[in-house]
Amino acid sequence: MSFDYMPYMREEKLPHMWCPGCGIGVVLKSMIRSFDELEWDPNDIAVVSGIGCTSRSPGYLNMNTLHTTHGRALSFATGIKMHRPDKHVVVISGDGDGSAIGGNHLIHAARRNIDITLIVNNNNIYGMTGGQYSPTTPLGTKAATAPYGNLEPPFDLANLVIGAGASFVARGHVANGRQLSMFIKQGFAHKGFSFIEVISNCHTQFGRRNKMADPMNMIKWIGDRATPLKKYEELSREDKAKRFPVGVLYMDEGRPEYTDTYEKLIESLKTGA
Amino acid sequence: MADKKSREQSRGEEVKFWGGNQVIAQAAIAAGCNFFGGYPITPSSEIAHEMSRLLPKVGGHFIQMEDEIGAMGAVIGASLAGAKAMTATSGPGFSLKLENIGFGYMVESPAVIVNVMRGGPSTGLPTHPAQADLMQARWGTHGDHPTIAIAPAFHQETYMETIRAFNLAEQFRMPVILLLDEVLGHLSEGVIPPKPGSFEIINRTMYKGDPEKYLPYDVSKQDVPPFLPYFEGARWHTTGLNHDATGFPSTDPELIEREMRRQYRKVLGNRDVIDKVEYFEADDAEIGIVSFGSTARAAMVAIKEARNKGIKAGMLRPVTVWPYPKDQTYEFGRNCKALVVPEFNLGQMVYEVERAVHFDRPVKRVNKVGGVPIAPSEILAAIEEVA
Repeated sequence: MSFDYMPYMREEKLPHMWCPGCGIGVVLKSMIRSFDELEWDPNDIAVVSGIGCTSRSPGYLNMNTLHTTHGRALSFATGIKMHRPDKHVVVISGDGDGSAIGGNHLIHAARRNIDITLIVNNNNIYGMTGGQYSPTTPLGTKAATAPYGNLEPPFDLANLVIGAGASFVARGHVANGRQLSMFIKQGFAHKGFSFIEVISNCHTQFGRRNKMADPMNMIKWIGDRATPLKKYEELSREDKAKRFPVGVLYMDEGRPEYTDTYEKLIESLKTGA
Repeated sequence: MADKKSREQSRGEEVKFWGGNQVIAQAAIAAGCNFFGGYPITPSSEIAHEMSRLLPKVGGHFIQMEDEIGAMGAVIGASLAGAKAMTATSGPGFSLKLENIGFGYMVESPAVIVNVMRGGPSTGLPTHPAQADLMQARWGTHGDHPTIAIAPAFHQETYMETIRAFNLAEQFRMPVILLLDEVLGHLSEGVIPPKPGSFEIINRTMYKGDPEKYLPYDVSKQDVPPFLPYFEGARWHTTGLNHDATGFPSTDPELIEREMRRQYRKVLGNRDVIDKVEYFEADDAEIGIVSFGSTARAAMVAIKEARNKGIKAGMLRPVTVWPYPKDQTYEFGRNCKALVVPEFNLGQMVYEVERAVHFDRPVKRVNKVGGVPIAPSEILAAIEEVA
C-alpha cells in the first residue's frame, strides 16, 4: 500500500502553488515521511519559514505553521523553541532566504546548537522573485541578474554550517527522495541544531537560463553529480569540483543543546544549587 | 505629580532607588513578562542586563540574539507560542526591528518594544538623549497600521506604564511601544513598586472552543480575535501576507479593506482605555505647554517660574503619545491664548499639536538637538515671548 500523505497535509489548500516538477515537492514528502516514521504528533510540531517559494511549504502542512519575514524564520523559531522546549520546531527555507538575507541567523542558530531542524531547499536561484542569482548559484551560470554568467563564487552551505557549530549536518538531493527522507529523519531525531541541505531543482528560473528547462534534465544533472561522501573523498580535486558529496557530513551527539542548558539554569536557580 | 502622590500613599513601604531601565525590567517581571529577546545597544542595555538576571529566576527565558532583527523575530515567535514577550533597544536598533514589528501588527502578536531614545540619525549620539523617534514609532514600518506608544516621564509612572504597555499589548493583540530617552533610562529616582495584586494585569482573550474549529482571525464577534497559542491542538497558520479568518493569504480587496480598517478600529475605537494624558497647572492656563517624557519635567520647572512671574502657564502632557490625544489637546488649547511645544528634537509632536488645535492658536516651538536636554530657562523664555 502506498504511503498516505494527506493526514499530514491541509488537503483543502491543494493544488499547490509550485511549478510542475518543482523539487520542493520531494522535500515536503520526505519531511512528512520522516514525521510519520518518528510518530510525531502534528499538534506538537511547529514549522516556520521565511519568504520565497520554499517558504510557502508550511501552508500545506497540517501543523502549527508560521510564514514569517524574509530570512528571519530561524529567529522566530528560536523564540518558539525557547518558550516551548518540549515541542518540535522545524524551519524550511530556500537558499536565498536561508543563506543570504538569513545568513546571520543561520550561523548563530548553528553556533547555539539549539534543537531546531533547518531544511534548506537549495535550488541555486531566487525563484519567486524571477531568477536572480543567489549565494549558491554556481560560478559562470546564468541568472536574471547575471546575464553574462555569475561572477560570484557560491557558498558551500553544509560546510558553512559545520564551521558555525551545528551538531548534525547532512546533504541530500531531490533525485533520491528515499535517501533524503533518511537524512531528514535523522536530523529531526537529533538533539541539537540539525541542518539538511537539499540540492534541488528550479528548472523554471535556473534551468531555463542554463539549458535545463525540462525538470527531468535538471534533476538528472543533480543526480549525476551526487556522490556518496566516502567516494567523494577519494576523488581528485578536479573531479570533486564537478560533483557534490551526499550523506551525513557531520554529527556530534555529545554537544550540549541550548534549551536544555537553559532549563538546567532555571532548575538550578530554583533549588539554589 | 505622580511621584509625590505615590510617596504619600505608601508611607512605610520600601522605596527603591532605581535607574529608569531597571524600573522597566522590574515592572515587566511584575506584569508577567516571561520572554526577552534582545541585542546590546546603548542606552537601553541595562534592561537586558536586568532581564537576563531576573527571567530565569521566575522560569522565564532570556536570549541575546545575533542582531536586532533576530531579537524582534524571537519575541514574536515566543509570543505566538504563548509568552508575554518584550525587547528593548534604541534608535538604530529600533530602525532594524521595524521589519518584524510590522509583522507583529500583521499577525496581531502581542509584544512590548522599549525604545530608549538617543540622538540620531544613524549612530548619532549613543550616550546622549533625544526625543526624535516619536514619528518613527508611529510611521516607521511600511504600510498602514495603528500604533500604541507610551512615553512616561517619571520612574513611578514608568513602572506603572510598563505594566500598562503589557496590558494593552495583550488586550489588543499588537506590539506596544514604550518610548523613553537616555535621561530617563539612566536617571536614578525613587520608586515604590506596588504590591502584587494591587494593580490590574490583563492577559489576551483566549479561545475556549474546540481547537479543531479554531479560526485564528475570527472577528465575527469582536474586533480583537481570540487567541490560542501554538501546540494547543488547533494547528493554525499565520503569515505576514494579508490574510483571512483562517490565517491564510488573501488578495480579496473587500476583505483586505475590512481587515485593515478593523485593525485601526480596534485601537481608535478603544481610546477610552488607551489614551492617557496628565495635566499640570492646566485649569486656568493661558499659556499652554504640550510636552512629553523628560522634557516635560523641565517644562514643569519653567511653569512654576512663569507663575512666580505672574504668567498663567500650564501643561498637557501626553503619556500615551500614539494615538495622539488630539481631542484633549483641542480642549486644552482652546482655553489658551498661545501654545508652547518643547520637544527634544527639531519638531515632531508640534505637527500633531497644530492639527489638534486646528491651526487656530499661535504655536511656539522649542526645539533642541545635540545631546544636552532643554533647560527650564529655555522653555521659560518661550513662555515669556508668547505671554
